[in-house]
Amino acid sequence: MSKFRNIASIIALLPMIIISLTVFIGCIIYSFIYSLTNSKLIPVTNFVGFDQYQRLFKQRKWDVAVENIFIYGFVFTIGCLIIGFLLAVLIDQKIRGESLFRTIFLYPYAMSFVVTGLVWKWVLNPTFGLENSMHMWGFGWFELDWLVNRDLAIYAVCIAAVWQGAGFVMVLMLAGLRGIDEDIWKSLSIEGVAKWKSYLFVILPMLRPMVVTAIVLIAAGVVKVYDLILALTSGGPGYATTTPAMYVMENFFQRANLGQAFAASIIMFISVVCILAPWAFYEFYLRNKNAAN
Amino acid sequence: MKKFFSIFLTLFLPLSFTNVSKAAGHMEAEVIHWWTSGGEQAAISQFAEAWQEMGNTWIDTAITGGDNARGTTVNRIIGGNPPTAAQFNISKQFVDLVEQGLLQSLEEVASAEGWRDFIYPPELIETCEFEGEFYCVPVNIHSWQWMWINNDVYKQVGLPVPQTFEEFLAGAPKIQEAGIIPLALGGQTWQESGMFGVVSSSILGFPHMQKIFRDKDVDTLRDGRFADVLNTYRELNAFTDEGSPGRLWNDTTAMVIEGKAAMQVMGDWARGEFAVAGKEAMVDYSCIIPGKEKYVALGGDVFVFPKNDDPKVKDVQLAMASMMVNPTVQAKFNNAKGSLPMRLDVDTSAADACMQMGLDLIQNPDAIMRESDDWNTPAFTNAWDDIISEFRNDPNYTVAQVMDDLEGVLTSGL
Repeated sequence: MSKFRNIASIIALLPMIIISLTVFIGCIIYSFIYSLTNSKLIPVTNFVGFDQYQRLFKQRKWDVAVENIFIYGFVFTIGCLIIGFLLAVLIDQKIRGESLFRTIFLYPYAMSFVVTGLVWKWVLNPTFGLENSMHMWGFGWFELDWLVNRDLAIYAVCIAAVWQGAGFVMVLMLAGLRGIDEDIWKSLSIEGVAKWKSYLFVILPMLRPMVVTAIVLIAAGVVKVYDLILALTSGGPGYATTTPAMYVMENFFQRANLGQAFAASIIMFISVVCILAPWAFYEFYLRNKNAAN
Repeated sequence: MKKFFSIFLTLFLPLSFTNVSKAAGHMEAEVIHWWTSGGEQAAISQFAEAWQEMGNTWIDTAITGGDNARGTTVNRIIGGNPPTAAQFNISKQFVDLVEQGLLQSLEEVASAEGWRDFIYPPELIETCEFEGEFYCVPVNIHSWQWMWINNDVYKQVGLPVPQTFEEFLAGAPKIQEAGIIPLALGGQTWQESGMFGVVSSSILGFPHMQKIFRDKDVDTLRDGRFADVLNTYRELNAFTDEGSPGRLWNDTTAMVIEGKAAMQVMGDWARGEFAVAGKEAMVDYSCIIPGKEKYVALGGDVFVFPKNDDPKVKDVQLAMASMMVNPTVQAKFNNAKGSLPMRLDVDTSAADACMQMGLDLIQNPDAIMRESDDWNTPAFTNAWDDIISEFRNDPNYTVAQVMDDLEGVLTSGL
């Protein structure tokens, strides 16, 4: 009986499988082939070997982009998880007006990254943003020039991103917390375990599926971050906040440098596979196997 | 009734527009362009109106941002659904399209109407001509070579309006003391590199620039004068404000208009902002072409006409190309746009003092300056601009390092 159900589901999934194979795999192969050419405005099959890759790795801008994506990925993921979890725990304390707070914290997530970017651009702008307001209220010492400081600008991007993403993680975690059996709480209080300890060492490990889901969703957003930075800093000052995705888009559309864009996107793809493969192997294969045993 | 009216228009309106030839039959044309701001809209609608007066239909596909518009055009050409006409810049942006045989040759109408005799300056012909045939229509000339100066600011601090960057730098500390930002610069790569281009050409002169950008002559780049330019540029940047990064060009122009800043280096499209604010040229503000040698940079726009499977489209395209170079249409279009026309026999009586300056200057062939993107691919100019932008924003990026990196771009074969 279960076999039949499987066949039915496979048939139902068939269109999806075909589309993913042709669109995703096909496009990856296409990108790779054309990354070996010197295509400029339109794809041409004038093969130049790995020249585009060589050129890519010589670019100061690409180095900056790669560094930025690691900083952004790390700060954004950790920031969202910590703040999201803390918010969830606080809301879980059976507070008054819970749904109001939930709405407030989740609200940023309903906005597009472009809106988030523009809002924070104005808040963080030193000449008419928060810094200026503080000066006008008499706090002359106040300084907030992250957005125009090339060393800190990428962290300003992270702030905006965490502000938007934390609420979403909170909702996921809250759903997990609500699923925790009351009996566990009862036994924890009988044992006299401190509340923060129960959250950190008992409840959090039980939320593992939620954490994994959150990380996967956040990580997918990290790799493709583009619109937020475009709206917030447009990659500036200089190219201090540029990212690999921006580098690819720029070469595709502004710079009429298709070969270079394909090469950069293939490198992005390979790095994502390198990072995800061991983890995916563990999470979806080894664990299932262990569970089956 | 509506239909009757449109038939009526189709039949009789062409008669009222006898200047333009080839008004035979009703033609439909879709035009992709990126002219979306107020003044730009007014300009493109001059083309649209002239086209409609010929009894044709104009389908306006305005896409914000040159990059997006050009990207759309290329995608649609490759996807087999090309527009009738599409905007590009006077540059090498569309060379690939010509080489791949994707553009319609306009030679038929160009030789019939004698384009080579009236298109001015002749450098524009070079931009559009490939293997003896015309592939684009230049429609206007925009020059980067301008300093826009608030006269009141200089009156207030008791200094004469500067004519060169050296004079500006000499007066800048005094302006700063008065609590005014001496140099308004929007921190976007194109603005930073655009200003750098003006600084370098005003110091080095066009022949020197040509040796670098056309001939890719490393010795000229290395002869020490280019390093001077970089140093001057860095000095200038010390007089900008910290709100600069990411600021749009028109917001930056507004700072000069309002007297918050003294000067902005920007192309002649900035004049429109002053005009909209009700300011008068040479009274409220000065437009200065900096340097001892004064130049008009040959920037601007062209239209290309992608090949179409439907043979009838070719006639439409040739008719439109002819319409765009028509002197009456050129006068209306360029007056609205604030740019210089691509021929000399155009009525420019509506020009203000600044535009008149450009018109006078362009008649002197030695004053016409071509820009890097006239010889180089977008990949080259963008790689170059990245370095300039990074130089502006990273104080630790030394002149020596920049020179090495610029040489790298020059010899990269991009």
